[in-house]
Amino acid sequence: MDIFFQQVVSGLATGGIYGSLALALVMIYQATDVVNYAQGNMAMFSTYIAWSMLDAGWPYWLAFFATLAIAFVGGVAIERIVIRPVENAPILSIVIVSIGLLVILSSVAGWIYTYTQKPFPSPFPNRPVKLGNVIVGAHDIGAITVTLIVLLLLYLFFRYTTLGLAMRAAAQNPVSSRLVGIRVGWMLALGWGLAALVGAVAGIMVAPVVFLDPNMMGGILIYAFASATLGGFTSPGGAVVGGLIVGVTENLVGTYVRFIGTELKLTVALAIILIVLMVKPSGLFGRGTVHRV
Amino acid sequence: MPALLEVQRLEAQYRWTKVLHGVDFAVEEGGITTILGANGAGKTTTLRAVCGMIKTAGEVRFAGRRIDGRATEDIVRLGIAHVPEGRGTFVNLTVEENLRLGAYGRRERGALAADFGRVYEYFPVLRERRGQLAGTLSGGEQQMLAVARALMLRPRLLLLDEPSLGLAPLVVREIFRIVRTINRDDGVSVLLVEQNAAIALALADHAYLLETGRVVISGAAAELGRDESIRRSYLGY
Repeated sequence: MDIFFQQVVSGLATGGIYGSLALALVMIYQATDVVNYAQGNMAMFSTYIAWSMLDAGWPYWLAFFATLAIAFVGGVAIERIVIRPVENAPILSIVIVSIGLLVILSSVAGWIYTYTQKPFPSPFPNRPVKLGNVIVGAHDIGAITVTLIVLLLLYLFFRYTTLGLAMRAAAQNPVSSRLVGIRVGWMLALGWGLAALVGAVAGIMVAPVVFLDPNMMGGILIYAFASATLGGFTSPGGAVVGGLIVGVTENLVGTYVRFIGTELKLTVALAIILIVLMVKPSGLFGRGTVHRV
Repeated sequence: MPALLEVQRLEAQYRWTKVLHGVDFAVEEGGITTILGANGAGKTTTLRAVCGMIKTAGEVRFAGRRIDGRATEDIVRLGIAHVPEGRGTFVNLTVEENLRLGAYGRRERGALAADFGRVYEYFPVLRERRGQLAGTLSGGEQQMLAVARALMLRPRLLLLDEPSLGLAPLVVREIFRIVRTINRDDGVSVLLVEQNAAIALALADHAYLLETGRVVISGAAAELGRDESIRRSYLGY
């Protein structure tokens, strides 16, 4: 039973990271109807920036917040420079642009930092923490906490500030938003900035576990897709819950189903995507699209 | 004194179809002007053109300044509130959030509470439903919400696109009564586009009749309403 709880807690830790990245995907999807395939590599690149600062001897939390700021500005810049010119193009063009971005970010990271794996520090102590009979890593607890704080702040921002309200409005109904004076283009750019910021948190929190290399977010992006699909691409809260479910499921299946083990874990994510799309395409918390005829 | 809104030789097109062929009209400061016409005459396009929602040629002046060619959000911020065709409700936001958004584009951000108080006084039903998702409101309530949202901007000019469409006569009368009150008490000028000529002419002081993208008749609303031949051939009542 202790193994069970241990696996659940560590599943929640990775699940929080999947959920954060899934949330970043959902935020951009809701605003622009586009799945941003570069989301994972944007997070990877941000994590390298954090690594550079830490390598230069910056204190951890200073590097952490500086990276979030850079990620935010970078996300806004990407939207303005790369996405905006194809804003009115067919969805497929934008998808291709985001895939191009994925390749470019990965290559540039490899070119600057090489493809060798780098260890990435955790700000949390290296010793395990005992919760009753269950022993969990301090980094797991720390990662869950940081993720939850970020999600809570995002929730408060979108729920209670005028800017957050304007961003939600711009995503839902751009035409009406312009008619109340909202600068819709800038709201979309801010959305990209926030998504990049959330992704950066995910990257920094997962890097101590998976090590830092230009492809580190590849698998995690697939888990994030599974999370967003499970929770529903139209539901930010659903994406986070989906992430937690995927994280825990993946761990439990890996532990208790002998033939899956650690090697076939990624298959679980793909199986989840497939099953959700077959059984309930709008996800657990998503709304189906309704068209008035 | 020049008119608050002055439109000259306005042309507009969707793709290759020209919809407006040089329309001229004006809205006096403090006045109510109506543009009448059948389906497809270009009424909605005219309002959209004023707000910069489509590409146009010609001149649009607001309070003496050229506004044609400017972005919709900038035009709105000058104090032009547009209640669009289909009401433009943010269906997944609450009534109160819809109203908060209405005040987004205005300069002075203070005194929001007073404005909420005022629109809730005009539309008590919105106060009852303020926590509800706007998409769950009835058609009439959504139209009230659209007008209330426009008022939150504290506009100088209110553009109304067929507020009577699809509503019960009683609701229509109520909305028109409130538009008149807003015009009289708050000094908001109104440009009303309508198919329901009788009710529009009763409210407006000046009227234009639009036919396939051209103004065919204009004059004082009362006179147009009295003219037997115009009534029979154009207004159909």
